[in-house]
Amino acid sequence: MARHGRIAAGAALLLAAAAAFVLPDWIISLATIAFANGLVVLGLIVLWRAGLVSFGQALYYCIGAYAVALVGRATGVTDAFLLMLIGGAAAGLVAFVVGFLLARYREIFFAMLSLALSMILYGVLVKAESLGSTDGFSVASPTFFGYAPHQEKLLMALYWLVLAVCAIAAFLIDAYFRSVSGALAMPVRDNEIRVEFLGMSVSRLIHTKLVISGLLAGMGGALAAFAIGHVDPNMSYWTTSGEFVFITILSGAGSVVSAFVGSLAFESLRSFAFAMLPQLWQMLLGSVLLLTILFLPQGLGSLVTRLRWRRKAAAP
Amino acid sequence: MLTAFAILIDGLVYAAYLFIVAVGLTLIFGVMKILNVAHGSFYTFGAYGAATAIGIYFDRGWPDAGGFLLMALLAMALGLVLGLILERSVMRLVYGRDEVVMVLVTYAAFLILEDVVILVWGAQSYPTYQPLLAAGNTAVGALILSNYDLGLIATAALIAVISWWALKFTRYGRLLTAVIFDRETAAAFGINVTAVYTITFVIGAMLGALGGAIMAPKIAVTLGIGVEVIVLAFAVVAIGGMGSIEGALIGALIVGICRAAAVHLVPQVELFVIYGVMALVLMIRPYGLFVRAQPRRI
Amino acid sequence: MNAPILSVRDLGKRFGAMTAARDITLSVPAQQTVGVIGSNGAGKTTFINMITGHLRPTNGTIHFEQRDITGLPSRRITGMGISRSFQVAQIFPSLTVFENMCAAAAVCRAPKNLLGHLYTPLRSKESVAEAETLLELFEIARYRDTLAANLPQGIRKLLDIGMAVAGSPRLLLLDEPTSGISIEEKFGLMQVVMSALRNRKITVLFVEHDMEIVERFAERVLAFYDGTVIADGTPSETLGDERIQTLISGPRLKGAAGAARHV
Repeated sequence: MARHGRIAAGAALLLAAAAAFVLPDWIISLATIAFANGLVVLGLIVLWRAGLVSFGQALYYCIGAYAVALVGRATGVTDAFLLMLIGGAAAGLVAFVVGFLLARYREIFFAMLSLALSMILYGVLVKAESLGSTDGFSVASPTFFGYAPHQEKLLMALYWLVLAVCAIAAFLIDAYFRSVSGALAMPVRDNEIRVEFLGMSVSRLIHTKLVISGLLAGMGGALAAFAIGHVDPNMSYWTTSGEFVFITILSGAGSVVSAFVGSLAFESLRSFAFAMLPQLWQMLLGSVLLLTILFLPQGLGSLVTRLRWRRKAAAP
Repeated sequence: MLTAFAILIDGLVYAAYLFIVAVGLTLIFGVMKILNVAHGSFYTFGAYGAATAIGIYFDRGWPDAGGFLLMALLAMALGLVLGLILERSVMRLVYGRDEVVMVLVTYAAFLILEDVVILVWGAQSYPTYQPLLAAGNTAVGALILSNYDLGLIATAALIAVISWWALKFTRYGRLLTAVIFDRETAAAFGINVTAVYTITFVIGAMLGALGGAIMAPKIAVTLGIGVEVIVLAFAVVAIGGMGSIEGALIGALIVGICRAAAVHLVPQVELFVIYGVMALVLMIRPYGLFVRAQPRRI
Repeated sequence: MNAPILSVRDLGKRFGAMTAARDITLSVPAQQTVGVIGSNGAGKTTFINMITGHLRPTNGTIHFEQRDITGLPSRRITGMGISRSFQVAQIFPSLTVFENMCAAAAVCRAPKNLLGHLYTPLRSKESVAEAETLLELFEIARYRDTLAANLPQGIRKLLDIGMAVAGSPRLLLLDEPTSGISIEEKFGLMQVVMSALRNRKITVLFVEHDMEIVERFAERVLAFYDGTVIADGTPSETLGDERIQTLISGPRLKGAAGAARHV
């Protein structure tokens, strides 16, 4: 991100934080979930830049969410920061372990194997009576370093927490994209042989991306668990992964901010469609996805770039 | 002993169902390199088509055989129309793009078609048990088997034999084999690859719809049946090797038997076992049992 | 003669029943330019693939700067100072020429551990400077912002070799640097490559089919036949050898070749 880009992002962040004072609750809660999901999308963008599409990101999302719920239930810990870190770490650890396997795969084989792994978790959770099987179970309201807000206060605290996490994640991932490890994503997609003969291990590069995306998805799942107040096996079903992929396509891999813009657009679209045309929600989704792939292969983010380019071309 | 026999029969029935669904998916992948998520929609349309046929035909005292025929025909007709529309309007636009992009396009089509089902058939479920009753039962020792299940196994075997024969001995089959083997060369030899694509996609769609029709009496025909079936078919095809018909057969048998064993012995792992087997196979043979990895050349 | 930079002893490679290379023993002193000739399937590329770790030798040893590198993975070998270019240029088509070169320069300069790769920016001052220098050195600076996918064949080759040089290798293996290049361009390309490599004091082994190029640019010529080295000497010795002429290069019709070029 160029300097003016960072300033713009910082201003947008402040604006979003301040908006909590004026916007109605339902918008705040929609934005909380949207930004939590945006973290998962950010992880998918990390993978996508290297040409990898994971149809199983719900695995890490669900692990993050269940880790929060389970640890909370077993130990009585309610601290949001601690639980969130536990959720992220659990998912990151799983990503690290399955990464040894997944890093060997590319293209649709990668997509299918990640899907299979997430479906394994789904299969386990659905049959696990002690975890509430298909119904899942509730998550206790989080506290923030001992501060235990209720209702609107809780809503706002959670919203700010999610905003802060997203801002930190966006900043770090932006730096990662410029690092040797992160910036080699496109080279890896283009030509693995050359990367190997430059002396870099492609599978290690990909493994790193897997762990990063797993961490992000786990944190997203943990925050979503707080926001929804409930976890259930559908969080790991393949349609959940499909939704994340959908948002990623919608956002484009252009910049870290696009993950959150895309996610917000998606959640808004969803609540609009649920209110106006509940029977046509999936049709709407499918059509948008189709049109995006056909006409905006770089995602919604590319619209901005195109406009800027046009303006530049128009300038003397 | 009885359990073992029950596992075998249940496994075969389940495998037969998986094979019928997976064979169309693997055919389309083998020829066109498209992992077709919309295959789940073909299945759904087939099932709803069969439900409609059952509603029209059964309970009227007409001969049962005609009912079975109508179910299959209506489903395949739906598959034909749907496949043709999808291939002509959407898939055509993305041929030659990344395999992953094509997966996403079929995913988009799948989402759209899910709601088309609601528009056409509404959100209610359909009773479809009549063919099961009509087929009756056979007692084998202490086990009572549904004739419908036995017919399902026979149908799957028939489809396996026909597809093997068609690929090996018909002109179209040899064309397909040529295209699967090397697309560019096939095109250079004057094979009309575009036509081959259209025909393959339509055949795949019809097979998917047939799978739905055949399964309709055994499941509740209701919303969301395609969502589940598509991941199952993926698992089968991934185990066998994508694009391989014999792979789909073996994959279906493996998954079928494993699941039946799980249901009878450790019901808690029923779902887990399918994807567990898939992950295990892919760990050992990344491209599935019947497809060999291409070595990298520099 | 100073200590050899590369020495190979009894090297061989079998694929099942097929012997791709056998009994190769030789050593190369630092900063020598060695041409490798031989018909297709004579074992030249197998030889290069074994030295760079892409193939594991069935028998024999390879020493680079007195260290045993036999059977090490290619990544390790690259890190130790051996680079290679490819018969078909291996570049990153969706990056610009500058980005290609910068990626190559950055990878080779970053600390060799995960953390280093995470905190070192790709476009560090050093890697950018090195990339710019190499673009000048290989005379492709005017293509700086062209997407690599759109480059003409000769420039692709130069970029490929330039990226191999970005790792500051001491030994560089060029697999048919002029393949796919028109006869008119071959000499110019080799001229650029060789002067760049001399500038960097890099030892070179290059596989080449055009005997005139070999004669012009190599100080020493290895002739491969049937998986092994059958002649090893100065260009005039090796290329003048009647045996080599029958088996590999064909009789030298200097005048005729020269005349053909003017047509």
